[in-house]
Amino acid sequence: MRPFSYQRAGDAAGAVATFAREQRRVMYLGGGTNLVDLMRLGVAEPELLIDVTRLPYDGIEARPDGGVRVGAAVRNSDLAAHPAVRRGFPVLAEALLAGASGQLRNLATVGGNLLQRTRCGYFQDISKPCNKRRPGSGCPAREGDHRNLAIIGHSPACVATHPSDMAVALTALGANVEVQGLAGRRTVPMPGLHRLPGDEPDRDTVLEPGDLITAVEVPALPYAVRSRYRKVRERASFAFALVSVAAALDVADGRVRDCRLALGGVAHAPWRAERAEAALRGAPATEDSFRRAADEELAGARPLRDNGYKVPMARDVLVRTLVELLRPEETS
Amino acid sequence: MTTTATRAVGAGLDRVEGRDKVTGRARYAAEYYSDRPADRDRLAYAAAVQATVARGEIRAVDAGAALAVPGVLAVLSFQNAPRLETDDGELALFQSGRVAYRGQIVAAVVAETLEVAHEAQRLVAVEYAAEPHDVALRADHPGRYRPDTVNPGFPTDTQDGDPAAALARAAVTVDATYTTPAEHNNPMEPHAATALWADGDLTVYDSTQGATNDRDIVAAAFGLPPERVRVIAPHVGGGFGSKGTPRPQVILAALAARAVDRPVKATFTRQQMFSLTGYRTPTIQRVRLGADAEGRLVAIAHDVVEQTSTIQEFAEQTAVPTRIMYAAPHRRTTHRLVRLDVPTPSWMRAPGECPGMYALESAMDELAAASGLDPVELRIRNDPDIDPESGLPFSSRNLVACLRAGADWFGWAGRDPMPGARRAGRWLVGTGVAASTYPARRLPSRAVARAEPDGRFTVRIAAADIGTGARTVLTQIAADALGTTPDMVDVRIGDSALPAAWLAGGSMGTASWGSAVAPACAELAGLLADRGGTVPAEGLEASHDTAADIEADAALSRHAFGAQFAEVRVDADTGEVRVPRLYGVFAAGRIINAKTARSQFIGGMTMGMSMALLEEGVLDREFGDYLNHDLAQYHVPACADVADIDARWIDEDDPSLNPMGAKGIGEIGIVGTAAAIANAVHHATGIRVRDLPIRPDKLVDRRFRR
Amino acid sequence: MPGELQGKAAGMDGMPNTTAGGGGTAFVPPPPQTDITLTVNGDVEHLTVDNRATILDVLRERLGRTGAKKGCDHGQCGACTILLDGRRVNSCLALAVAHDGAEIVTVEGLADGDRLHPIQAAFIDRDAFQCGYCTSGQLCSAVGMLAEAAAGRPSAVTADLRAAVTTLDAAEIRERMSGNLCRCGAYPNIVAAIADVAGAG
Repeated sequence: MRPFSYQRAGDAAGAVATFAREQRRVMYLGGGTNLVDLMRLGVAEPELLIDVTRLPYDGIEARPDGGVRVGAAVRNSDLAAHPAVRRGFPVLAEALLAGASGQLRNLATVGGNLLQRTRCGYFQDISKPCNKRRPGSGCPAREGDHRNLAIIGHSPACVATHPSDMAVALTALGANVEVQGLAGRRTVPMPGLHRLPGDEPDRDTVLEPGDLITAVEVPALPYAVRSRYRKVRERASFAFALVSVAAALDVADGRVRDCRLALGGVAHAPWRAERAEAALRGAPATEDSFRRAADEELAGARPLRDNGYKVPMARDVLVRTLVELLRPEETS
Repeated sequence: MTTTATRAVGAGLDRVEGRDKVTGRARYAAEYYSDRPADRDRLAYAAAVQATVARGEIRAVDAGAALAVPGVLAVLSFQNAPRLETDDGELALFQSGRVAYRGQIVAAVVAETLEVAHEAQRLVAVEYAAEPHDVALRADHPGRYRPDTVNPGFPTDTQDGDPAAALARAAVTVDATYTTPAEHNNPMEPHAATALWADGDLTVYDSTQGATNDRDIVAAAFGLPPERVRVIAPHVGGGFGSKGTPRPQVILAALAARAVDRPVKATFTRQQMFSLTGYRTPTIQRVRLGADAEGRLVAIAHDVVEQTSTIQEFAEQTAVPTRIMYAAPHRRTTHRLVRLDVPTPSWMRAPGECPGMYALESAMDELAAASGLDPVELRIRNDPDIDPESGLPFSSRNLVACLRAGADWFGWAGRDPMPGARRAGRWLVGTGVAASTYPARRLPSRAVARAEPDGRFTVRIAAADIGTGARTVLTQIAADALGTTPDMVDVRIGDSALPAAWLAGGSMGTASWGSAVAPACAELAGLLADRGGTVPAEGLEASHDTAADIEADAALSRHAFGAQFAEVRVDADTGEVRVPRLYGVFAAGRIINAKTARSQFIGGMTMGMSMALLEEGVLDREFGDYLNHDLAQYHVPACADVADIDARWIDEDDPSLNPMGAKGIGEIGIVGTAAAIANAVHHATGIRVRDLPIRPDKLVDRRFRR
Repeated sequence: MPGELQGKAAGMDGMPNTTAGGGGTAFVPPPPQTDITLTVNGDVEHLTVDNRATILDVLRERLGRTGAKKGCDHGQCGACTILLDGRRVNSCLALAVAHDGAEIVTVEGLADGDRLHPIQAAFIDRDAFQCGYCTSGQLCSAVGMLAEAAAGRPSAVTADLRAAVTTLDAAEIRERMSGNLCRCGAYPNIVAAIADVAGAG
């Protein structure tokens, strides 16, 4: 690990100003569960760390309308345990609890979770090329090992996936990310925070240098009380998703009134399944409809040599998750 | 030979070092020179620099940037390292500019602190003349060759009768190829050594499964007589074979300590372990079985291709268990190696038996299906009366009893053999069985037993406890031989200054060490009795060396046997496999400690489940290394993966083994487990996955889906 | 600045330039350090730490408290688990400088003098370890986990997320303890030991 200076931020605007003023490479430190990991690997080499964990962004506010506003420094475990989340947005609580381990969730922050980097093996090994880590150096994963990598929205430059579970749920829920930047505060919607790789895979998100996430607002969505997060992985716990599904379903009179669907483990960004959502709205709430909607979504998939399995896996787990939301008694 | 009377032996005694382990007091190799500030200040840290090409020549090592970092004490490389005397290419650190595999140690930084060592490690600039590499094992590799012997000295090939002709005539045949990937031992304690030179003598705390052997090899490497080197390893954080023979960390620590004349700690990172500490070779195994209409085997052929490196031959004995397992008049086994630009494979729990029995026991399941026979019955029908290979009698062989007891316990009777026929919610359910075997051997060791004036006893032997419970079972063995209780006995192990002993490997620890401890203690008890029980002021000692005993052992085929039964559930949407039940029944002589033995069995079975479902070192063909080199990418089971895993055993009274009547138990638990699970997955889904591990991607797009 | 470092890189007279301290003139500043205070098992420790040092390395290399283990150094195994301000965390990912003022409990701090913590006694009784290397982390994790469950915190296998109370059955214990890998495969015994303590509590 390279030496670095350490500062504790007094307030968000000050942190952003410091970032702008510094000639050194600056990074914000949250829980450190991914950043310290990447620094030790030599993937991240900040010269100045600004610790933002003691900023006053550690609160969870349950709004009267049913929405929830979450400070960026809230620890993952605290968010998962919050009654308003467990009651109103089970998909979010389940996604958080499906991620990492109990002790990692106690350290990791909400802001940091959104900004964690891909676990692609090439990205994490500085002795090998990687366009995300060293733009222009190449993507060995495309012809090499990509069994766990993207099937949709990837580019010749990068086939990485985003590793977060929480972000998949937030993408389904249409969360808004509050950002303090050089030009002041702004809000970035999800989906929209995370990018597809295109020819700039080094940029995971639309955030600009110095931008600091201060909060995440989950808007009210009454029917999200019926929502689920389902994560597929070969190890039963403490593993990244091969594929995951975040789903919320609103059914009335046998028809889908509305739904929210997102996939994880399939793309460079949490993947909002907009085509499937559109296909389902107004359709009969049946397994056949779910299957047609899933097929529609996955028609856009372009799997690589060794990850074609993710297409039927994503389709079937999406269908199964919707069926279980429709008929909870079939959950097993 | 008769077995000794027992009181402590057989009891479920708590681990004698349990208190040290649950309070954090137990010290491992990287934890010395820690207590006093002055020691901590003197301690320096070595960090290895690894090759970034898979084959080639080092042109230059530029240490300048590393040396400029405050706190860096030295940079070692082939440009400045002293000569070593070793023919082990993995231990010959910095002896040449050749690079034999990506990840090989090419330099090392020695620094005042861990942080500085790890910073400077990246600043050592190594320039290579890279050459094209060849890292991919395949059955038709043109470089295939026949090694002279396979580990640890078995004939490479065997043949009885005419298997090809017998297979052509057989009523039922199976001809299938199974592959197993590279698997990495991954003990929880990364390999570490802390070394200090004083007056030309070397003391090193090492992660090792055998202090005596470690000492001898390290001493030879540095051109020293063994008595000038001391290896200390009272606690070792697992090994599973990867600490069986010395690994490079001990050489690195010693070289670095000599270079800076301070104590130096060398610890591999988890990532480095994937190239520097050995792994189980990948295998390609073709198994052909032929049986008559009643399911009696007429022919068995098992042909294996596996890999080794260019700097060391490691010839795993994969088909060796097939030689003793089942009766058949026509049999053949072969082993072929391919030398690749890869790290040298090494010992991993049940080397040979484990991957070999996965293939044989999967093929037996296929034969059962093809013959319309129950898999338990098929195995019982083919149980041999004598060792088919040597013609020797078995000292004891209770595979059939294990199969029957396991079937009873598991509720096997009435199993519907139809694959893909049971469903519970979204889960497809299946059951499977496989047999296990592991040789029961012992090797020379020496122990000294001493009566202390205070009435206590001390037993000394350079044994190792890597988590097996060795310290505890030796305490029990000693107590019985001394006619005292375990709490009166202090067993000292894990130090090459103690009487020389075989290492913790080959499931031979307890047999080898106990064979020395029991007679030494019995003799001491006799001496004490002669003196009316009075201990002289200077204490009283007796010792025993087993070399002559072992020389006189009768010619018999000595093996432990077992049977594993698995229930699996396969998610019909995702292909995720879970194992709600895994039972093993073993016949392994006398069980010395019911508590630690069960732990050994279920630990082995857990690792076997891991082999079946999770573990694969993914070779990066472009760059030549194992890509998934950490515990997030290379999966071993988490707590949530392990539900109802349990073990029982059949009592065996086998006086031909050793004074305890014990067979080794550290490895047999893993042996049949992967096949039992693979067979259960087939039963659940109708899909026969012949290349481990059985991951969701191999199941999900197959025919069991709706 | 980094360019200047190369000055010392060149071998002077054909001799390998592999021993430090030999008259180079390039100046590399010492790594940034910070004064912090940690309370470890009740002992107040004032330290000047390299900013890069994790709590795990400070415990093991600076304070001689080697109970917390390093198994992977990347938060992937749990051997380094400690209680940080009352919560279980991976100490290998926690920079010491970021936790100035923290209260830390390690495995060495669980027992009350010679009297073992119930979870320690249960681990011995159930043979919940073999090599012992993951054990420190398992124990601290178990203590933290039991507190989380007692506070009604859910897990990924909790059937009813809305319920405030969690029944700590075997499936719950297994899921909650999955951040602590044990390669020896002592899991069934670990679960039994924790169930003993959870049941007794």
